[in-house]
Amino acid sequence: MNKTVNPNELTSDDDDGPLYVAQKKVYPQSISGTFRRIKWGLMAFCLGVYYLLPFVRWNRGLGAPSQAVLIDLPNSRFYFFFIELWPQEIYYFTGLLIVAAVALFLMNSVGGRIWCGYLCPQTVWTDLFYAVERFVEGDRRERMRRDKSGSGLTLKRVSEIALKHAIWLMIAWWTGGAWVLYFNDAPTLVKELLTFEAPMIAYIWIGILTATTYVLAGFMREQVCTYMCPWPRIQAALTDEWALNVTYRYDRGEKRTSVKKAAELRALGQPVGDCVDCYQCVAVCPTGIDIRNGPQLECIQCGLCIDACDNVMTKIGRPKRLIGYDNDINIQRRREGKAPIYRIVRARTVAYGAIIAAVGGIMLYVLATRSLLDVNVLHDRNPVAVKLSDGSIRNAYTVRLLNKSGYDRVVAIDAEGPVNLTTHVVGVDSVTPDRPMIVIPRDSTSELRLLVTAPAESNPEKSIPVHFHVTDIGLGEVANTTDNFVAP
Amino acid sequence: MTDHHGEFDSVSGRSTTGHEWDGIKELNTPLPRWWVISFYLTIVWSIGYWIVYPAWPLISSNTTGLFGYSTRASVAVELANLEAVRGEKMAALAAAPLADIERDPALLALARAKGKTVFGDNCAPCHGSGGAGAKGFPNLNDDDWLWGGTLDQIMQTIQFGARSGHAKAHEGQMLAFGKDGVLKGDEIVTVANYVRSLSGLPARKGFDAAKGEKIFADNCVACHGDGGKGNQELGAPNLTDKIWLYGSDEATLIETIGQGRAGVMPAWEGRLDPSTIKAMAVYVHSLGGGK
Repeated sequence: MNKTVNPNELTSDDDDGPLYVAQKKVYPQSISGTFRRIKWGLMAFCLGVYYLLPFVRWNRGLGAPSQAVLIDLPNSRFYFFFIELWPQEIYYFTGLLIVAAVALFLMNSVGGRIWCGYLCPQTVWTDLFYAVERFVEGDRRERMRRDKSGSGLTLKRVSEIALKHAIWLMIAWWTGGAWVLYFNDAPTLVKELLTFEAPMIAYIWIGILTATTYVLAGFMREQVCTYMCPWPRIQAALTDEWALNVTYRYDRGEKRTSVKKAAELRALGQPVGDCVDCYQCVAVCPTGIDIRNGPQLECIQCGLCIDACDNVMTKIGRPKRLIGYDNDINIQRRREGKAPIYRIVRARTVAYGAIIAAVGGIMLYVLATRSLLDVNVLHDRNPVAVKLSDGSIRNAYTVRLLNKSGYDRVVAIDAEGPVNLTTHVVGVDSVTPDRPMIVIPRDSTSELRLLVTAPAESNPEKSIPVHFHVTDIGLGEVANTTDNFVAP
Repeated sequence: MTDHHGEFDSVSGRSTTGHEWDGIKELNTPLPRWWVISFYLTIVWSIGYWIVYPAWPLISSNTTGLFGYSTRASVAVELANLEAVRGEKMAALAAAPLADIERDPALLALARAKGKTVFGDNCAPCHGSGGAGAKGFPNLNDDDWLWGGTLDQIMQTIQFGARSGHAKAHEGQMLAFGKDGVLKGDEIVTVANYVRSLSGLPARKGFDAAKGEKIFADNCVACHGDGGKGNQELGAPNLTDKIWLYGSDEATLIETIGQGRAGVMPAWEGRLDPSTIKAMAVYVHSLGGGK
């Protein structure tokens, strides 16, 4: 960058080279430590939830699905434990997405890319696939040596490759299989899948997700994070100086040299760093970067380099956390001999927390007070009004009644306006002719044709408001809506 | 794709095409090999396609192909499948007594859906897309019916029509009292004003009510009945209500009485199948005016 170049002396060697850099294969080394344990734990938890959740049962009464989490596409219902949503209530998902986005921002402002390092499906499955690879084909050095020497396809080598891909494909297939269970009664579908009686679409989706899991976690790996995912770019723009990120603490000194040399220099009182240039942090990195170059786009902040470095520091008797969750402010403070300060609670995190609380609160409130009886009314467009033989005026409406409860309802429809209005529902023989009563089966909608008549002598204006009240006669619940009554 | 002069670009290492414009040379960037192979494969594929599928036009027909595939035949199969799918529901509709359809929400929904589509295709040109009618074409949403507004009567009118030429069609027409010389001009004006007074519309100044009543009794009562209440057997409208097929103003009434009226409703039997006519009757009845 700071090298000055005379354009006339440029040769092809000074060219920036191709825009695309071929993938450098990454061979992450196995490691043990605090963050590795956290990652194992979270992996088990996330995969456990994903694979087992469809089998959790939830009693919703007779005739309703008993699966706790179910996306019932044929019947257009979404079930989540005690929540049941209809298609027109899809806006709840808007709230959910806002909460998810702000939660991501909050994580980011507290501890950097927590999502990327520990929770993102790409990370979780890639981590699992790496574990399989190490288990079958051996650790970093072994695989590197073999790839470099290009040793021939011995029987052992072929069986290793076959075994690795077989396990990968099995995990991938299981991932696709669990996915379709969210869309159908899980135990039934499992039985159908095993006896090859499941619908074709189930096999197709399992196939698609098997392929994506296999390719994304087995082959594309860190390339997904580096090239495909937009979050690293957004994250970089959202972070601030107080956020804790996986950081190489360069305040622990330079230069980097061997343990022996460092001891000598230290004895002479000359400057020397704690880093011994062992490259363990690079060896364990799942994206193949050197964290000592500072924060970088490729870093998913999984913390494995912290474990690797801690192990080395313990061995050579230097303080741990040469790499750790830290920020530049504290590095500067330590250099100046001040105590580090951490500000988890600050304007940014408080604001994110407040947004999550507000949106979550609104969602909970709306969900708790959600009406199980609803009505939509659509005025006839052609003709808007009809004059009857005695001079009275009639308007017709298409009424849609929604019964979101688990029981049948008997409802009455009343129309109320500035003039005396009578109602009639086509096909309903009412005991009380002016008050049509309708049965709406549980968990369903009824579409009706409602005729509203104003007597001739009332002589209504061109357009008057009319309020419709739908009353559950048994329970007293009321749903209201307003439309217009039009004179010809 | 030829390399010119063996000249290579130092940056990319590629050969050039030899073309040069003001010192700028064009790199030789051939189509990717996979692309070229795919392209040739599609040509091979097309030859196979010509052999197994209908492809080449002949003088009066075309090559039929080894598979014997025909788009017309596959449409016929799909239509048959559709009929099979709909058949069950339409059979329920065909079997149900006309009066019961409106009481069964599922059948009513089916009849209204079917009726609405068929109405749009066949009836809307005259009666309007919502059945609101026009001058000379009755509004089907109101409760005033020339030939009766019960389900059976509506179905009968749809089936056989009015003055349609069908043997079972409704017959009867408004005679041309002026054109045929039965009534004179001033008599027509008088009786037109009398008819207006039957439904409470204001009459012309100096109009002789007694004379009008006498003309009405002598000429109109036979069809329109005592007091002008109408007769659905003959399609004679009720003259005492607020609904007028051609208009209630004096000029229109004079025209109606003087020149007569005989609007035609076609017979749909034969063109539409029985269950469709049934669905249509329910649809029209459910528009709101049905009795």
